Amino acid sequence: MKRSVIDAWVGAFVAAGFGALLFLALKVGNLATFAPEDSYRVVARFGNIGGLKVRAPVKSAGVVVGRVAEIRFDNESYEAIVTLHIGSRYQFPRDTSAKIFTSGLLGEQYIGLEAGADGVMLKDGDRLRLTQSAVVLENLIGQFLYNRAAEGKEEKDAKK
Amino acid sequence: MAEQAFAVALRAVLERLGRAVTARILRLGFAARFFGYLLLHSGVAMRRFWLTIREIYFAGVLSLIIILVSGLFVGMVLGLQGYETLQRYGSSEALGILVALSLVRELGPVVAGLLFASRAGSAITAEIGLMKATEQIAAMEMMAVDPIARVVAPRFWAGVISMPLLAALFSATGIFGGYLVGVQLIGVDEGAFWSQMQAAVDFREDVLNGVIKSVVFGIAVSWIAVFEGYDAAPTAEGVSGATTRTVVTSSLAILALDFVLTAFMFTGGNAR
Repeated sequence: MKRSVIDAWVGAFVAAGFGALLFLALKVGNLATFAPEDSYRVVARFGNIGGLKVRAPVKSAGVVVGRVAEIRFDNESYEAIVTLHIGSRYQFPRDTSAKIFTSGLLGEQYIGLEAGADGVMLKDGDRLRLTQSAVVLENLIGQFLYNRAAEGKEEKDAKK
Repeated sequence: MAEQAFAVALRAVLERLGRAVTARILRLGFAARFFGYLLLHSGVAMRRFWLTIREIYFAGVLSLIIILVSGLFVGMVLGLQGYETLQRYGSSEALGILVALSLVRELGPVVAGLLFASRAGSAITAEIGLMKATEQIAAMEMMAVDPIARVVAPRFWAGVISMPLLAALFSATGIFGGYLVGVQLIGVDEGAFWSQMQAAVDFREDVLNGVIKSVVFGIAVSWIAVFEGYDAAPTAEGVSGATTRTVVTSSLAILALDFVLTAFMFTGGNAR
């Protein structure tokens, strides 16, 4: 086969391969949607983070504004320290509160931000003071059963 | 007498076992030295890049059809089976995540690697083995041409270059196949299919790790293929045996390496 034909085929092959990589990066992956460089860090402490994972979304009003960057355990206060990366486009007041929600009944967990009313905006390295832990389903069910049992006992006592 | 006969038989068995083990270790050492020599003498393959381009044509371009067709069908089957299971839990919109993650992380590199080993690896082994059997390699040495630099290195580098591109094409056509079945045929919402996929697939964690996997598989398969060809007994039987060994060994190597790489790459997010 002639050299130019082979050259052309190999060129087309390499171009198609890089095209596929580009497709994977931009259309399939999240490279286009969120650039981690253009963000600031905020820290929040939680009593219980439930099943929250690194890279979980941070949402405000349902819109993804950032990602969970790091989860650590504080040995002194026995709390979880969660570092959030929030896109620089999104500015929040200093008294913004963070809650851990679950998307759907069994879905993944994410952090929801609710903007406060303070005039001063959050800066890089600030700490969110108002936080609410994840709801642990087992605790909820346990509490419910306990309440029911207590009610049943009261009814029995009343009948006597 | 009986005891003596038993002792002789036992010794024969032990000797055979020992010989088999040392032969394997010797071969492994030879393969490692061959690899080092190959890397040291790759200069020609890079300087006269035309040699490598020609081999990319044979190893990569001619493997395209089998890679693209299998990728499409693997993706379509993933779409069908994934939908069957996901719709039971009312989360059929997560089909995009399932198809994309399983292709990009695992199936793309692994299945493309297996196909590449059987389509291109066996051809490389057979070609080098036949060149040896017909004494072309000996003739090159007579003319003071280094056969490893002239014949082996271009084929090795062609395999290393082709494999990641083939794996990326496999994943991309697979996702397209999953899209065809999931969105066009079954009717999963198109926006949810793509947006959930984009939210779940991370470029560095998933796509880049998949590319690293395919590069490692490319090195392993190409190395095994050129080594088996160069090491083949110079007979028709020897070449056929070497070709079989290439496919079997590189398939096993891909699966074993995939486990090791996965264990390193995809540990749970909380573990760190």
